[in-house]
Amino acid sequence: MDRKLLLEHVGVEGINTHDVYRKHGGYKAVEKALKSMSPDDIVEEVKKSGLRGRGGAGFPTGMKWSFIAKPEGVPRHLLCNADESEPGTFKDRYLMEKIPHLLIEGMILSSYALGCNQSYIYIRGEYMYVLQILEKAIAEAYANGWLGKNIKGSGFDLDLAVSTGAGAYICGEETALIESLEGKRGNPRIKPPFPAVKGLWDRPTVVNNVETIAAVVPIVNEGGDAYAQIGIGRSTGTKLISASGNVNNPGVYEITLGLSVEEFIYSDKYLGGIKNGKKLKACVPGGSSVPILPHYLVCKTAAGEDRLMTYESLADGGFATGSMLGSGGFIVYDEDQCIVRNTWNFSRFYHHESCGQCSPCREGTGWMEKVLHRLEYGHGKMEDIDLLWDIQRKIEGNTICPLGDAAAWPVAAAIRHFREEFEWHVKEPKLCMTKNYGLVTEKTFETVNG
Amino acid sequence: MSQENIQFPEPLLQEVARQIAKFPEGKQKSALLSVLHLAQAHFGYLSEPVMDYVARLLHLLPIEVYEVATFYSMYDTKPVGKVKLEVCRTGPCMIEGAEKIVAYIENKLGIKDGETTADGIFTLKTVECLGACGYAPMLQAGEKFHEHLTEAKVDELIEQYRKNPNANYLGLENHGS
Repeated sequence: MDRKLLLEHVGVEGINTHDVYRKHGGYKAVEKALKSMSPDDIVEEVKKSGLRGRGGAGFPTGMKWSFIAKPEGVPRHLLCNADESEPGTFKDRYLMEKIPHLLIEGMILSSYALGCNQSYIYIRGEYMYVLQILEKAIAEAYANGWLGKNIKGSGFDLDLAVSTGAGAYICGEETALIESLEGKRGNPRIKPPFPAVKGLWDRPTVVNNVETIAAVVPIVNEGGDAYAQIGIGRSTGTKLISASGNVNNPGVYEITLGLSVEEFIYSDKYLGGIKNGKKLKACVPGGSSVPILPHYLVCKTAAGEDRLMTYESLADGGFATGSMLGSGGFIVYDEDQCIVRNTWNFSRFYHHESCGQCSPCREGTGWMEKVLHRLEYGHGKMEDIDLLWDIQRKIEGNTICPLGDAAAWPVAAAIRHFREEFEWHVKEPKLCMTKNYGLVTEKTFETVNG
Repeated sequence: MSQENIQFPEPLLQEVARQIAKFPEGKQKSALLSVLHLAQAHFGYLSEPVMDYVARLLHLLPIEVYEVATFYSMYDTKPVGKVKLEVCRTGPCMIEGAEKIVAYIENKLGIKDGETTADGIFTLKTVECLGACGYAPMLQAGEKFHEHLTEAKVDELIEQYRKNPNANYLGLENHGS
């Protein structure tokens, strides 16, 4: 159950350097591809593998690649989305930091498959130290002939560079990322045209997540069919999960898709159970934007089946009783955590990160933050709960990009599963405030209400 | 800072050229975010004259620089301390005690979120998710991540940066002239 395809060699001394990476089978996939595979062969293998976008949307990668327009004489671009910013997610950072050449190798393979000769890794500005690791690795790759003109005598040219963001969650949305890489504000574009037709500098462009691109390496090495053998159903291969919250062993795990959620949370091999012997209260399995699951829907679906770490099983029951695998940002809450406070915190995040283009998101995220704040700080009214529900419904689906949905879903799910806790915040505000981590004292409560 | 004094030293000009060279000819605007990071590190913050200088370097209109500098949360268009202590406040960090860490720093430095110490060394800022959720609570000081924070660790960090504020930059030794 635990084949490691991406992180197998993490832990090997010096694996972040070219020579050690090479000694452990690094760049073999590039050698193989350039010698014996056409670009279309690679696209075919990726299609066969069933690989789905690892950034959160889960769209089949091979299909996304096949959409790229190929007008004569117009350069195409591959962009790696390393703008990892979804709360709860820190896997791409881990991969890039520990084994940067795996991403570079994946970029070479994917660029070759798409016919791109100039590719970029767009990394969030806060990951400045990771950017430096990548630039060092890229310099090594150039020095060893894996990048540049006529790579290993194949006739294929590729230039690869890293560019930086500067603090904007929205730039993880692919068209905002493109805008940002053009040196502009990260305002998402209206689609169509899709990036596959008009992307960076109006040229055909593919944007893929770090982990997705890295996964192309084992797919080329072992073949798409072999990759598709791993996992369950349409959830093939392995997935990096970033685990955080009240668990004994938070961190990044490469799991085989299909692992049971129960084993993931409670086995010592993974999260080692809830910290301090407390009970599980809730779990956000795929980054802050996916619906929160109450404890009774975490390890089992509403139908009573074992919940698995797959795209399908985590979504089982739809939004009524399910959630999403998303980015794999797995946040665990123990019995002491306050759902209202957590929802307010996430709403503040989305309000802060809204680019401001679409009124429902720009205004709605702010309203949700305010209403949740007053519920959390003891000024809430019962009708606020329905008001919140109404606001989130009016944001969802009414914006240019999915940030609006991402802001709406956590609020909807929190009310859906924890309505009583919201009501309790209205009835017994004082109790709740002192309970919240002991942060708010009697005195500040009076001040707030003053 | 008067207009004439705003000038990158040679190594930084070379770095600007390297950033521009990452992009095809005529697409130097793509280097804007990187060059703004350099300018902020070097000049302390992005004042209007600094932004105008960046515009001249990249052959852009000043407004093209202003609109970017005001969009991204990492850029400061007002003066800040030499070391920005940016504490992550989002979900996973919150449940691991980020609010207590913020309160501790506020008390220790005698400033509130968003303020700068009188000696001009520290600015405290709460920020949104920095991608360190499994190692919470955490803060970023300049370009460096500090994770698994405790009050003792915060004491140590503040001591260390007070002695050597430039230690919050990773490379390009001439940052923060």
